[in-house]
Amino acid sequence: MADARPRGEDTPRTWREYPIVQLTLARYREFYREPEAMFWTFVFPLLMAAGLGVAFRSRPPEVIPIALVQELAGTSAAATALSKERQLDLRTVSDSTGRRLLRTGKVALLVVPTDSQAVEFRFDNTRPEAVTARRIVDDALQRGRGRTDPVAVGEDIVTDRGSRYIDFLVPGLLGMNLMSSSMWGIGFSVVDQRRKRLLKRFVATPMSRPQYLASFVLARLSLLVIEVAFLVGMGALVFDVPVRGSLLALGVVSLLGTLAFGGLGLLVAARPKTVEAASGMMNFSMLPMWVLSGVFFSSSNFPDAIQPFIQALPLTALNDALRANMLEGAGFLQLAGELGIMAAWLLATFPIALKIFRWQ
Amino acid sequence: MTASPALPLPALAIRGLQKRYGPVQAVAGIDLTVARGECFGLLGPNGAGKTTTIEICEGLTEADAGEVSILGLTHREHAAEIRERIGISLQETQLTEKLTVEETIALFHSFYRRRRPIAEVIAAVQLGEKRTARVGQLSGGQKQRLALACALVGDPDLFFLDEPTTGLDPQSRRQLWDLITGFKAEGRTIVITTHYMDEAEHLCDRVAIVDHGKVIALGTPRQLIAMLGSEHVVEFALDGLLVDESELIGLPGVTGVSRSDHRYQLDVTHVHRTIPALLAHLKARQSVIAELTTHTATLEDVFVHLTGRHLRDG
Repeated sequence: MADARPRGEDTPRTWREYPIVQLTLARYREFYREPEAMFWTFVFPLLMAAGLGVAFRSRPPEVIPIALVQELAGTSAAATALSKERQLDLRTVSDSTGRRLLRTGKVALLVVPTDSQAVEFRFDNTRPEAVTARRIVDDALQRGRGRTDPVAVGEDIVTDRGSRYIDFLVPGLLGMNLMSSSMWGIGFSVVDQRRKRLLKRFVATPMSRPQYLASFVLARLSLLVIEVAFLVGMGALVFDVPVRGSLLALGVVSLLGTLAFGGLGLLVAARPKTVEAASGMMNFSMLPMWVLSGVFFSSSNFPDAIQPFIQALPLTALNDALRANMLEGAGFLQLAGELGIMAAWLLATFPIALKIFRWQ
Repeated sequence: MTASPALPLPALAIRGLQKRYGPVQAVAGIDLTVARGECFGLLGPNGAGKTTTIEICEGLTEADAGEVSILGLTHREHAAEIRERIGISLQETQLTEKLTVEETIALFHSFYRRRRPIAEVIAAVQLGEKRTARVGQLSGGQKQRLALACALVGDPDLFFLDEPTTGLDPQSRRQLWDLITGFKAEGRTIVITTHYMDEAEHLCDRVAIVDHGKVIALGTPRQLIAMLGSEHVVEFALDGLLVDESELIGLPGVTGVSRSDHRYQLDVTHVHRTIPALLAHLKARQSVIAELTTHTATLEDVFVHLTGRHLRDG
């Protein structure tokens, strides 16, 4: 039997040989070598913005199709008055055709002259464009017969960058994306490594457990730069969404948001043994924020009673801060409240996650 | 923490170890001492308590009772120091498939204070050609060698290898044996579990046969085989009419008899004296031999002798 092997000195390290560097590199490689992860992180939110952007695009007031029955006297005067209205698409039809067009929704309103001095409007008053058409047609006919309006009205139509729906939407989608990619990115890989007994293998080495958990959050940060630059850049390029605040503030907001969701992701992934169980908990924790935190519509639509709860959610803080920065150019001082909420989420979740973490 | 060479502490000392999982007493009082530089085998069927024992030694499982001292250290007081000095391979770890061989080793490399150069470790486990291959593309044998590399990279004094060759083809097993023999030649201590008898005989200086959470035999492979009192084994199977074991023990050269169903196993000192007598006896009893083989006694025969069961039967 050989004697005890002599213990030598500790081996000196280069910067690449520190565990936190290697652990973070491993996380990073696991991500970019997974094509699906790349798709969900980068392509998916862009498709979503494009889809919603098209659906809610700002467009000129729509032209409403209406029909005029031409069987009786007085038709030609009415036709002249109505054809001047740019918001109406007028066609003259027989009574029976008119009724059919109205019934099948091809026209919103049917104008039926009853004699030279009177008309009847036939329409469904639950259809908003029919109600609009009724008002326009009424005005046009009355003015055509010489009515004068006592109040002179001028119009100044406003479509400012920054106040359109797409401007509201892009920061919200960015916030939601930072949440989803942090939580899924961390949650899935942690649970998968637990399932494969890799965590068990790691804890039998001298690896530092806080560093292992921190590596997930750190790896998210390097991806965060790409993610934010990509989405904000595409938003500006494709949809002309403004970035009025400082990029530094935008960076700090995104960073703290990612840290907060990183902590939450670790907390959710701290116990489950299967990916299925983790998915359920992920969705359970994210669902309230999808609904309440103002991704697609303003969170102020919800009752005052639950506003304190909504305002304390990390995604509300992140979305509000992103919008304030991008749309209103808010600086650190105005964002302090939101930044504080996100920092609090990180400080609350990370230590608990470390404490209750299941390593085997 | 370095032990004086004049008073070498054992690499591993286990006293009165017990562990229960619900109704199952997985480890029922195990005592073992493994000397430095020794290759020690824990041998037994699945569920015998080998893995539980080794995971307690690795600090992954807590014992209900008993003491474990590793290189003179205990997990209670020196967990971090022990983790620096042991290298392990678990039974069912799947390393991350997306990383390459080199990246995986570099990751484990970074965890240890004292480290062996990565290139040296890759060469030692003969994965030089697979250095840049993803783990997901490796064969079973290559994955196991990578697992050993992850243990070797911390320059451990003591290896715990839990069934490192289970499920591998014969050639891969041979390669792994050569590696482990190499670790031993470097003065490292190895504790290995296996249910392959030939593996234990090939690798181990000493073997503990474990069954139902207890050590039922302990010694060098040669000593254990000598327990049979004979160096040869005659196995036969009968068609139809069976004979009683007591009739067979009286045959010349027979030192032990065991039977399961219609299959018999005789521990025999001199095969050439036993076989004619056996054939004559069976003929007189009008029993028909369906099968007859002889081989040199192995640890498998020791296990059968001790428990009346084959290892694979569990």
